[in-house]
Parts: sequence; C-alpha cells; structure tokens
Amino acid sequence: MSVSRLIRPASRLLSQRSAIPSSIRPSLRRVAPVSVPVIRGYASEAKQTFTVRDALHEALSEELEANEKVFILGEEVAQYNGAYKVTKGLLDRFGPKRVIDTPITESGFCGLAVGAALAGLNPVCEFMTWNFAMQAIDQIINSAAKTHYMSGGIQPCPIVFRGPNGFAAGVAAQHSQDYSAWYGSIPGLKVVAPYSAEDAKGLLKAAIRDPNPVVVLENELLYGQAFPMSAEAQRNDFVIPFGKAKIERPGKDLTIVTLSRCVGLSLDAAEQLKKKYGVEAEVINLRSIKPMDVEAIIKSVKKTGHLLAVESGFPSFGVSSEILALGCEYAFDYFQAPPARVTGAEVPTPYAAKLEEMAFPQVETITNYAAKLLRV
Amino acid sequence: MKFQNPAEENAMPTYRIMDADGNVVDQTRDVESIPDAEIIQWYRNMLTVSIMDLIMFDAQRQGRTSFYMVSAGEEGIAVGSASALSLDDVCFLQYREQGVLVQRGFTLKQMMSQLFANRDDYGKGRNMPVHYGSGKLNVHTISSPLATQIPQASGAAYALKMQRLINPNVPPRIVACYFGEGAASEGDFHAALNMAATKSCPIVFVCRNNGFAISTASIEQYKGDGIASRGLGYGIDTIRVDGNDIFAVRAVMQEAKRRALEGDCKPILVEAMSYRVSHHSTSDDSFAYRAKREVEEWKRRDNPITRLRKWMEKKGIWDDDKEKEARASIRKEVLREFSAAEKVKKPPLRSLFEDVYEDITPEARAHMRQLKELIEKYPNEYDVSQFEGGVKSLE
Repeated sequence: MSVSRLIRPASRLLSQRSAIPSSIRPSLRRVAPVSVPVIRGYASEAKQTFTVRDALHEALSEELEANEKVFILGEEVAQYNGAYKVTKGLLDRFGPKRVIDTPITESGFCGLAVGAALAGLNPVCEFMTWNFAMQAIDQIINSAAKTHYMSGGIQPCPIVFRGPNGFAAGVAAQHSQDYSAWYGSIPGLKVVAPYSAEDAKGLLKAAIRDPNPVVVLENELLYGQAFPMSAEAQRNDFVIPFGKAKIERPGKDLTIVTLSRCVGLSLDAAEQLKKKYGVEAEVINLRSIKPMDVEAIIKSVKKTGHLLAVESGFPSFGVSSEILALGCEYAFDYFQAPPARVTGAEVPTPYAAKLEEMAFPQVETITNYAAKLLRV
Repeated sequence: MKFQNPAEENAMPTYRIMDADGNVVDQTRDVESIPDAEIIQWYRNMLTVSIMDLIMFDAQRQGRTSFYMVSAGEEGIAVGSASALSLDDVCFLQYREQGVLVQRGFTLKQMMSQLFANRDDYGKGRNMPVHYGSGKLNVHTISSPLATQIPQASGAAYALKMQRLINPNVPPRIVACYFGEGAASEGDFHAALNMAATKSCPIVFVCRNNGFAISTASIEQYKGDGIASRGLGYGIDTIRVDGNDIFAVRAVMQEAKRRALEGDCKPILVEAMSYRVSHHSTSDDSFAYRAKREVEEWKRRDNPITRLRKWMEKKGIWDDDKEKEARASIRKEVLREFSAAEKVKKPPLRSLFEDVYEDITPEARAHMRQLKELIEKYPNEYDVSQFEGGVKSLE
C-alpha cells in the first residue's frame, strides 16, 4: 500500500491540469511570460484582485521605499526586470545601487548578499529558481543560517532568499522540485511558502523585516494567478506573522494540511469532496514551514479526527512526513483513521507533460486519497 | 594567428623592500621614518603568534584542546598587512591569520578564551579552536568551509560602499579578505573576484601563497603564474609581494587601500609569497609529503621574523638580550593566560539554545525546561558545576 501511495498509478489520474501559464522557463527563452491572470475565489471575499507577481512586486517596492538598507540582487533582476518580472520597474525607481544585476554565479552573488547582511544591510537575494540555489546552498546553510549562533550572537544575518520553488511546467527534473523539506530542516533559517497574493505580500514583507535569514519559497505557476486582496493587505504596513497557518476553508470531517500551490489544489479537492461525498474538509494553508503552526494542525485534527498532508515534495523525509509525525505525537488519540499523505512521486520530475503530471499531486489524487482515508 | 602561451610570458615580479638579510633594497621607500616603537611592536606581535603557536600545538598533542592551527612562516603577511589597516576596516580571515588579530589588539586572554571555549569566549563555545571573531575589532568570525568568506567579503565591501552613499559622513573603509592559494581553487574565489570587479567593491584580497594546501603543493594546485596572474583576467589591479618582508607587505597594503577607495572604488588583489613552515593543522603531519630538511632549510634561510630582526639589529634597536627578554616575557604571558583560561568555567548551558534565531523560539524554551528537569531529576548523572551558573542558567 505504501508503494502505491508514493508512486501513484496512472489510472488514478485524470488529465485536468489547468492554468499553466507557459511551458518554458523565461530565462531559457528570454521572452517575458504572458501573464494571463487566473482568478480564484477566496475565503474572505474582497473586490480588488492582485496577481501573486504584483503582490511580491508591491512588497519589494514598499520595503525598498521604507528602508534604505534593503536592496535586491540576482541574475536579471534589474535591466531585464527579473526572469519572472517580479522586480519590474524597480531599477528605474530605485537605481542600480539597490537593484543589482549580477554575473551568473549563484555562489558568488549569494555569498555577496550574505556578506552584505553580515555587514549590516538587508539584502533580498533572488534566485532565478530555487533549483539554481543548489550551487549556493553552502552559503545559505553553513553561513547564513549558522553564523549568528557560531559567532556567539554578535553577527546577525538579516537576509531574504527568494525565488520560485516546486512545481513548474515542462522544465524537467533539474528545474522543478520542491526544497521545502531541505530548508525546513535547518535550525537558524525561517522558511515560508506563500500561496495567495495576500500571503505573498505579507510573508515577503515580514521576511525582509525579520532579523534572521528567511527563505521564501514562491511558486512559478502561481505568479500569474490573481487573488482578491483585502483593504488591510493593500496597506503598506501589512505583514503576516511567521508560524501562523491560515484556515482557507473550514470543515468538520477532515483536516487537509498543505502549502504553496497545493493549497489551491486542496481547495478544489475539498470542493469535489463536498459535491461527491458531502464531506466537509478543512483546508489549512501552512504559510510558514519553519516555524510551523503545530497548534492549528492539532486543534483541527482534534475536531475532525482525520489528517491528510498534501505537498509537492518528494515523499521521503518530507514536509508531510513531519506533519504526520507531529499529528502522531500530539493528537494520536484523536485519530479515527491512520493519517495519510499525498506528495510528489519518488522520481526526478519527468519532462513529458503527462508523466510530469503524474509526478505531482493533482486535484483528483487528493480527492481520491481523502475519500479513501475517510472510507466514503 | 598567434596563440598566447603563458609559459612564454614573464612571471609577475615579486615586490620587496628588504632582502633576506635585512638590507633595504628599494631605496624609494622610507622605512627609517617609521617610529622604532611601532616596528618593535610588530616584531613582538609576530613573536607572540609564533610562541603561542608552539605552546598550543603541544597543548593539542597533550589532549588539552581538540584542534589548533599554527601560522609559522606567515606572521609577516598577517601583521604587516594589518598594520596598514585602520580599526574601522573590516576583516574576513581564513584561519591562519592570528597575526591580524594580535595586531588589531585581540588579547592573549581573548585568544585563550576562544581556544578553551570558556565563558569569556565571544563565540560562546560554539566553534572549533582558532575560529576567532570580534565585533569590536571588525573581524568576522572565521568559518570552516573553505573560501566561503571571499564572496561574503565582496558583499561586505559593497555594504561599506552603500553605507557611504547613504551617509557620506562615514569614514571611507575597506574590507581586507584573506585566504590561501589552495582556497583560490574553489569556485567561490572566482565568484568573489568577478563580483567585486563588476560591482566595484572597495576590497583588498590578500592571498597567502605558502606553497601548500594541506598536502597539495602549489605546483599541483595551479598551472599559471600563481594567483596574481588571475587578478588581471578579472580586470583587477594586482601585485605580488614578498610575504616575508613585513615592510613590503605593509607598503603594498597601504597603497592597495588607497587605490581601493579611489573614485567609484575597486578591488585589489595581493599575492603574498611565503612558505608554510608548519604543518597544516594539528590533524596533519606534513613530513609525510615533504622532506624535513626542506622545511629546516626554509626556516634557516628565510623567515619574516628573523628578517625583521636582522634589520632591527642593523639599525641598533635590537640585540640578543632584548630578544631573550622578549621571548621569555611573551612565553610567560602566554602560559599565564593559557592556564587561567583553562580554569575558567564553560559558557552557561543556556547558550546552547540561544542565538539560533534572534529570539529564543518557544520550542527551544521547552527544550531548556526539559533539560533542566532532567538534570534536576538525576543530579548524580549530570555534573553541570563546570558550566557558568550551573543548572540555574536554564531558567
């Protein structure tokens, strides 16, 4: 059973991928992605909608405006406006000293950013994708995360590492994988994964203001998606505290704990569960992976008695392993069925579209596993 | 069509002011006008490093510390270059630059506290021996992974430049970044120099070319004309200097600093040539890969300490008696701080949990509580008396 849970048979999948903006990484084709906003309904319904890209852009420009120690650097962030246009117009507004194009050397500009943070600035280090940050991971883990501790508390490293993570479309194994578990396991780092536009703005702003190194795991396929944004979130003092999850959809029968793009898939699955089986699933958007809002998870499990973790990372030693372990440690007696997880498959992400689809959780996968867990 | 062949090019010259016998060979430099007291202080600083090295190397062999790294043969590079810096300048060290720390005023007590990881250690006992750091002296805490400090130093230099743009009243400062010729083979070296050059960072890269990267001789480390030849490729002003000549190292560093701050700022590369007389670290026995005779010859032939001593003796400001007195008094002081530091209590247990983040997390607080309960429940199993504040620090 465990094998079939990890490597999902094709028969369980329906082709229902929606809203994938473009198939090739912009940096590879050197043309800006066409942004077709896909509007998604949202719990706290508000009038105005923002794409995640716009929200990130707003967060960056507000923080660059508010604090002259903040600067952003990375490949193509200035002249080219960012590989995904998140930094569009920032060069014109803040100048080349604060919006900096770097040579193609991840370890170099990441190390440079870490050094600038150690010397008292607040850099935002953009990776074109988190996949490329592998070349700089020593700087992130061995230097950024540990220096405050190993220097005896004299050298804080207030830095933000950000970029797209996880699901991508048509770019194969070295360009689409989820690093949540990698960074989530490191003491000294804070790790957040925004889903909606509000998440993106509030978490990125909080990350820039945080005195610790923060890893912001965005998602390429969410950049073009539009979400309603409350008046409060549109203010320039809006931040989302770390370690607080958000109940995106309340329910009484099943707790789905998820993050990033999987929140959207889980919301769709919850809708299907209601339609097909009359089941009310509660969908918890983690927002922050480290620290994790254990209280919100446990509170919900105590109410529903059922736990399903959904993420796009590899199955072993992952975020959902952690969620299930926490559930077992703190709410074991409340489980009415064994907790389950839906994750990415235990294979390097394939390139071919249909195979790629099978490698990541889809709405059907989540719905089916939820139904199986609930025995409906 | 002409292919450039590096073997046909002349090697970059090595700048020196004073030869191996302590005679001044570059008369354009006025070393006479440097106050005697200052030169004697450099000499004493070099002696201090070399005497402490011997004592600590043996201490490690006796099992009193876990690890140590000596810098014999390279004291001149460290002390000479640091003498050209101001305390405002920021230093990133590798691990063989104790002389920089001593020259900047890091005391023997502070060094010993770090080596014995006691409660006075700025690093709160979290780092291996010789991983010094000091906020007050603008010396970033030494980090073990090789060469990672080089791009960070470029970033810190960029930050200094930004700070001046934000507030022009801040005095102009540079970053001095040290590393060995072995570290220059890491990708981070390339990354850092290219970044510093393209971003015009006010930084001086000081490469200590001591001939060995642990056991790898420089002949197997690179093919070109040392590390200096690479600086030109990055468009960086570069000079090679005799690292055993403290006057030359100092003069080069002064000029490098001036150039680094000129106009829109720029990086400078200094390759300082020396010979690693010592083993790489206490974990290394270099006689497995080089002849003892070779080392002895080097020690006798040329050494930054003896070279300056010869010059001082010629000038009449130093003699055998002064040498004997200096060595004896430094040795005494090192041993005094050594045994004092060994007796000082360890950092409080609480510091195990602090500084992972700026604020202690609720989880870490819970761990502290649990640890306290455990220690109090089994007092005979856990002797915490050697930790500052005992179990109380966990409250």
